Order: sequence, then C-alpha cells, then structure tokens
Amino acid sequence: MQANLHGEAFPADRTAAGISHAVQGPTLNRQHSVADFLFANATRIAAVTVLVVLLGIMISLAVGSIPAFREFGLSFAWTEVWNPVTQEFGALAPIYGTLVTSLIAMIIAVPVSFGIALFITELSPGFLRRPLGIAIELLAGIPSIIYGMWGLFVFAPWFGENVQPWVTEHLGNWPVIGGLFDGPPLGIGMFTAGLILAIMVIPFISAVMRDVFEVVPPVLKESSYAVGATTWEVVRNIVLPYTKVGIVGGVMLGLGRALGETMAVTFVIGNAHRIDPSLFMPGTTISATLANEFAEADAGIYTSSLFALGLILFLLTFIVLVLAKLLLLRLQRGEGKSA
Amino acid sequence: MMAEINTSTQERATPSVSLAGLRSGEATQNEARPEAKLEIRDLNFYYGGFHALKGIDMQIPAGKVTAFIGPSGCGKSTLLRAFNRIYELYPNQRAEGEILMDGRNILSPKVDKNLLRAKVGMVFQTPTPFPMSIYDNIAFGVRLYEKLSRRQMDERVEWSLRKAALWDEVKSKLRQSGTGLSGGQQQRLCIARAIAVKPEVLLLDEPTSALDPISTGFIEELVHELKQDYTIVMVTHNMQQAARVSDYTAFMYLGQLVEFNDTDTVFTNPAKKQTEDYITGRYG
Repeated sequence: MQANLHGEAFPADRTAAGISHAVQGPTLNRQHSVADFLFANATRIAAVTVLVVLLGIMISLAVGSIPAFREFGLSFAWTEVWNPVTQEFGALAPIYGTLVTSLIAMIIAVPVSFGIALFITELSPGFLRRPLGIAIELLAGIPSIIYGMWGLFVFAPWFGENVQPWVTEHLGNWPVIGGLFDGPPLGIGMFTAGLILAIMVIPFISAVMRDVFEVVPPVLKESSYAVGATTWEVVRNIVLPYTKVGIVGGVMLGLGRALGETMAVTFVIGNAHRIDPSLFMPGTTISATLANEFAEADAGIYTSSLFALGLILFLLTFIVLVLAKLLLLRLQRGEGKSA
Repeated sequence: MMAEINTSTQERATPSVSLAGLRSGEATQNEARPEAKLEIRDLNFYYGGFHALKGIDMQIPAGKVTAFIGPSGCGKSTLLRAFNRIYELYPNQRAEGEILMDGRNILSPKVDKNLLRAKVGMVFQTPTPFPMSIYDNIAFGVRLYEKLSRRQMDERVEWSLRKAALWDEVKSKLRQSGTGLSGGQQQRLCIARAIAVKPEVLLLDEPTSALDPISTGFIEELVHELKQDYTIVMVTHNMQQAARVSDYTAFMYLGQLVEFNDTDTVFTNPAKKQTEDYITGRYG
C-alpha cells in the first residue's frame, strides 16, 4: 500500500522498507496527534487564562465598588468631596487629575517623540543612530519610582525656584490661560506630574514611531525626494500618511501608560483632593489616590470607594482603547473613500 | 586637468573607432553628436570603502535617449543615482569628481539638491505611487515648486497624464488611490509624476523590469515620445530594449565605462571585445 503511494519508480528492494514504515506509521501518527492535542490545549489554556484574569479583575472591581455606588449613587463619579472623616467620597478630583496630567504629558511627549523618531530615522548621521536608540531603550527601562524620586528631590525644587516664578509673573495675568499658571511656586503639582509623565512616555512613543518610520519602503521615500521634496515635505506627505496607523497606536500606548502611571505621579503631584484651575497647584490622580490610601482605608465604604475609583480607571483606559480603535477605523475608512 | 585630458582621449578614441566601422556615415553621425546635457568628469563613487565607479568620463547628449547597459553590479544604477544626488540620502555614499549640467557642476554643495531633483526627474525600478489619489500623486511635486490655480493644476495633471499615455485610463478616477492601479499603470503614473514638474532630464532606472511585456511596450513607446522634450538616461538589463529605444549606449563593467557610442555602433560594431562578448551573450 505504502509503496503504491510512492509510485512504481521505487526499486523492489525499497518496497520492504516502505512496508516497515507502514507498520510503524500508525504509532508515529498517534504520537503526533497526542503531542498536537497537548500543544493545542496548552495554548488554548494560556489564551483562556487571559480572559479569566481579565474577567476576574473586572468582577472583583465591580463587586468591591458596589457598596460605594449604593451609598453615593452614580454621582460618585462627579462629586468632588473626598472626606474620610465624614465618610463622604467622590471621584471627580482624581478623575480630573488623571485626565489633566495625561493631557499635559501627551501635549509635551507626542511632538518630542515625533522629533526624536524623525531625527533617528531620517536625519541623524549613521554613527549616532545606535547610541540614540539604545538611550531611548534605557530611558524606557528606568523604574518609575526613580522618576518619582528624581522628580520630587531634584526637579521639583529647581522648577519651583527657577521656572515657576517666571512663568507666573509673565503668563499669570494673561486672560483665560493666566489662571492655569497661578499660585505659589511649590514645585510639585499637576504640571510637574504631567512633565514627569511626559518624560516617562517619550521612550515608548518614540520607539514605536521610530519602528513605523523605518518600515516605509526606502524606494517610496527616494521617489518623493526625487521630485524635489525636502525632508519635511517627504515626512508630512509620504511618511506620515503611510505610517498613521502605527503612530496613533504609539500615541495610545503612551496615553494608556500615562493614565495608569502611579509611583512617579504620587511623588510629585501633591496628593490634594481638590480641583484647582491652576496647573501649578497640587492635585491627585486615581492611581495616586489608590497607592496613598489603600493602607489606611478601613473596611467598608472607604475601601469600596477606592475600588470604585479603580473601576473608573479601568473604564477610562478601556474607553481610550476603544476611541483609538474607532479613530483608526475612521482613518482607514477615509483612505478607502479616496481609494 | 586630469579630467580634461581624460575627456579628450575619450573623444579622440570614439571617432577613430567608428571610422574603423564598416558602415559609412557613422563618423559624421558622431561628429554631429548633439550638445552635451550632462558632462561627467572623472567621477568616482564610493559606498563606504567600496570603490563603485572608477574615473567615469562621458557626455550625455541633450534631447536623446542614452542607455546604460552592463552586468549587475557594474555601477550603471550608481551612475544614474549620481545625476540627481539621490545617493546623498545615505550617509556612507559619496561621489567625487564633477557632473556638469549645462556647464554647472551639480555635485557642488552650493547647488540646491531639491531644486536639482526638480530639474532631473527619476523613475524607479518598482512603481512607487504615493499613498494618495492619482491626482495628488501628480500634483504633489508640482505644488512644491509652483503656485498654480485650481484650473492650472487640473490642466497640468491632465497634460502630464496625457504625456504618459495614461489619461484615458484614469480620467474618470482621478480621486482614487494611485496604489489601486495595475503595475504598468502605476509605472506610467510615476513617469507622469516625474514629467509634471517639467524637468529637463529624465532618469529611468530599469523602468520596465517589474512589468509585463505589454506594459513594457507602452513604456518604451513613451520613452520614444518623450525624448522630443527631455534628455533621457535609462538603465536597463535588457539589451534588446537598449537597442530598441536608445540613441546612445554606454556599456559599463566593474565600475568603468568600457564603451560609449551611438547605439547602432555599439550593437553592430563594438570597439571593445568586452562589449561584444556581453552583447552577444558570451559574457561570463
């Protein structure tokens, strides 16, 4: 049978070998299918684990936050008061702090990362490329608590002494934006937290941007240079449209990190449960509140409020992800329209 | 000094070779060689430490098609890429010597390389439509150097697409993406894009090597049409193509210019043994 499969070109003495293979064949096959079965299920278990962990976290957050929501209702999310003594809690200040610090971080980090990635891929002389790339990776590898310490002990005093007074003096009495830079020069505060966050997410965003810039086919860039475009024109008209999906992805990666970053922010934000129009004043974020207060929270409504904060942070990052996906879909659809 | 001597030996060598040819009239053809658009003087090119072009001297005649032939790695594409300084995108590539365009050394750092590239258009081996609409593909280069009204731009786009023999196929879908066209259409789009900025020289780097025979035929016809208005320099692997479309042919080997003459002479009566071997397929 086996020999027939191989055709008649096989010499007669090989047929015996063919038959002996045929005898062993089923055993080999069964071993294969067992290995396959084990392998397939091992990967399946690994994949299911992700879902189980995700669901478990969501459920425990939801269950933990039930008492808080029962006590304060949904208005928990837009109440500013946070008073452990009177057992009154509201999430608005941490939500505000989280969004504002992340926004500051993105406003600073996105253009800087773009510049870094662009310089590395398009402009830098060859001998600088590798050192710069390695420096970015090292920056990404620094534990966040180091950033926090550096921010609190080195950056904040310097910032409060040298930069803040100047900014308050010159921008503080401008209409509209003046209020953002008001107040005593404390060094720490929302703006400092945003700045530290920016430094922390720059390596992530610039690494992603560099990678996507590098996949632009050289011949495409060459042909745009060949019609006389400058580097900036090539980047704006060819590299950016070609890589927009990757860029949005990198920005969202950075934003997700900025929203959830805990230690560094806790160090420099000042941990004040209030909403102040000035960016130079202390505030708090969701993750900073959680890190600061879990140890001292008594069981009951306080702990449950912290759980509710956690749930809100979870939803916030989820919403960011969904928005990112929607944005990408819209970008692609826009492309489809022109296509 | 050196360069001038080299040039003159080259020029002296060429007619004497032709005179040795059997067909009469070739010598006069050579003497009637039109004015040089590009004059290359003692050009050396390096990829890092690798010496890729060795003392090239030649004159590329204006308003004609000049083909570079030779085995892979002989430096023909390298030479082409020196004409618009596109090699400068890569930090370890450098050229030494002079390339004069209308008497001006375009390798001089004083020459604005972006303006140069607007005057010396290039089409690459693989079609490279930009990720934008067909219309914008053409308008992209034009917008960089000219402020045109909407109507003028429309005219320019139509003009260049007609020149590239693509207008009838795309006129109803100018707003669609250029990447949706077939390979041959994409390459004609790239040619239209290159001529839309009204260059003086058109460089074609193996423009048909990724195309099917019918598209190749289209492009070859196009090259024939375009030489009325442009000086065309093309690199090709296909000797029949060189014979079909070019007026002058340069045979290069191992970074050196072995022979440069009018195409008929190169193909029917080459001066050098190496050229003859390559053309007759005995190269190896």
